[in-house]
Amino acid sequence: MKVAYWPGCVSRGFTPELHGAMAQVAPLLDIELIELDRANCCGAGVIAEHNQELADTLNARTFAMAQQTDGELMMNICSTCQGAQSECQERLDANAVYRERINSSIGDNGLHYEQGIVNKNFLWVLVEEIGLENLRGLVKRPLTNLKVGPFYGCYIIRPHDRIGIDDEHPRHTYLEQVIEALGGTVIDYAGSHKCCGFPIITMNKTASLKQAGRHMGDAVEADADCVVTPCPLCHLNLDLQQPIAAAIVARQLGMPVLHLPQLVGLALGLSPKELGMGRHIVKPNTVIDWSQSVVASTAAA
Amino acid sequence: MAEFKLRLRRYDPETAEAPYWDEHTIELDPHRSVLEGILQAKGRFDGSIGIRCSCRAAICGSCGVRINGQPGLACHTHLDEALARGDGKVIEVEPMGNMPVIKDLIVDMDAVHWKKVQSVTPWLINKEPIPEREYLVDREAMVDVTQSMACIQCGACVSDCLAMEVDPEFTGPAALAKAYRFVGDPRDDEHYERLRYLAEDPDGMYTCTHCFKCVDACPKGVNPMGQIMRLRRLAGDYEIKDRNNGYRHEHAFVNNIRRNGLLHEADLLPDSYGGKFHPNAVPELLASLPVVIRGLLRRKITPAKALLHPHKASKELRALFDKIEGQDERYELNLYVVGDDKDNEPAAAATEGANG
Repeated sequence: MKVAYWPGCVSRGFTPELHGAMAQVAPLLDIELIELDRANCCGAGVIAEHNQELADTLNARTFAMAQQTDGELMMNICSTCQGAQSECQERLDANAVYRERINSSIGDNGLHYEQGIVNKNFLWVLVEEIGLENLRGLVKRPLTNLKVGPFYGCYIIRPHDRIGIDDEHPRHTYLEQVIEALGGTVIDYAGSHKCCGFPIITMNKTASLKQAGRHMGDAVEADADCVVTPCPLCHLNLDLQQPIAAAIVARQLGMPVLHLPQLVGLALGLSPKELGMGRHIVKPNTVIDWSQSVVASTAAA
Repeated sequence: MAEFKLRLRRYDPETAEAPYWDEHTIELDPHRSVLEGILQAKGRFDGSIGIRCSCRAAICGSCGVRINGQPGLACHTHLDEALARGDGKVIEVEPMGNMPVIKDLIVDMDAVHWKKVQSVTPWLINKEPIPEREYLVDREAMVDVTQSMACIQCGACVSDCLAMEVDPEFTGPAALAKAYRFVGDPRDDEHYERLRYLAEDPDGMYTCTHCFKCVDACPKGVNPMGQIMRLRRLAGDYEIKDRNNGYRHEHAFVNNIRRNGLLHEADLLPDSYGGKFHPNAVPELLASLPVVIRGLLRRKITPAKALLHPHKASKELRALFDKIEGQDERYELNLYVVGDDKDNEPAAAATEGANG
């Protein structure tokens, strides 16, 4: 399938391995990425906090660019983009007069947003478009016995009505379903649906890193080998900041945090190097140390 | 009639016994409330079960609990709906979180919730002089504050607040929504003072982590996090440059995107502290140095990426920023006030019908 692809900022900034991994994984899943390289930051909720109309205009601009492609839908790889864009879309879609107002701003550049764009995170595309059965069929190296703790990121699961969680779309359970489809073992721990703390890292650093530290500590205690997240901003707090978070909560952590496309890529047979796993702060030894790793032993078998 | 298995969290701090689960099977129609289920268990099997309730109609806010992991009013949650939230076999009821337990399902609201509400001066401070007759205010402004006035002080949002979980001093969603009820009220005379207090408090409005938990928790649609974002927006209008860097972070972020189109993280951090050479920034940047070095070593951050600007916003994008930021008045679509086109259509049709 062809998708208008919005990679976000952080996936090309401080977590470049995410953007790289997605590029590797997409062809294996038969996803053709039409990258929206002129699109802009979603505002991450901060621009909306400052000026709602500005945030709505910026995202309408991105949506309009996506609608100019021949992609079936728009796809993102960031929980925060998903949430911030869904919020703007809610206002844009709700009110025709407002939509016209925003369209008149972006119209100078030949852009026009049509109500009702379908914008899905890679996680939703995996479950709702590709399908778990298909995904299972594509697995070359099942993640047998790899114990994976899901970490969603708030923006992709709340508020549940805006995010479209209902009986048909239990999107707050998709990570577990994907981990299982890839052959891994789901680790249930307290922090899976909580906040990584990143949004307040510059305002209340202790509270921010206490969240990251506590969740990773809970994953350690639940005996996870690694955690997987569809959100690069969560990744910054959970991985990049993990050594400081460990000091704040006074716990030994060392919990590897994988981006979702990396976990999928491993199961589809890509090498850790191709997936940029050497770029993590917490080395994913428990996942890819071939001498001990359950992933490797399955590959050999 | 159907049978439901209730599993209640029991705890009496006045005994030496640890908290434990207590199971009872009750019989009620599936559309009856969890509260009725608890009261049946209390009436039939064990009079010592502690639960606080009064109106049984989602008005008084007394029966806030956690039902299969989610906060809510016991009187406002149907038994079948509660069952569907869990494993479909049992309805687990626990006391709310972030507050100490007095007994079983009753938490100490005074110790946390009310104390925080009191801290935001929860009454109107009149503009002087008081008009001889009534105050005249815009309809839109009043409808806007009715959203936070809808709060029944049940504590469901406090129970689920993830920032309060790690920072018990955080003012929290209920109290901040209450604060907006007055900051958003045109009749109140101390908007600036209120905002300054909330902004300067190290555990004030800038400790909210945008997790949306309170939005989902609230049984009355108060949208506490939305009110907190409004408080921050208004604090920005007053240019309250708080010690928590809330104002600086917001402005650094917006300017960063205006300049670069995409977020340039290497600039955001120092700018959020007031710029690379700001006295506040130096200790923060030194503290971040180990993080930056580790990032460089793992080739997560390249020197070029840290020092240069790989992206530049197009002229067209910058013009959009300037146009919208340059408007005399900020335009805000408040769906709570104007509603969705879809909701308004039938009403409009009905009116037309009536007129016809």
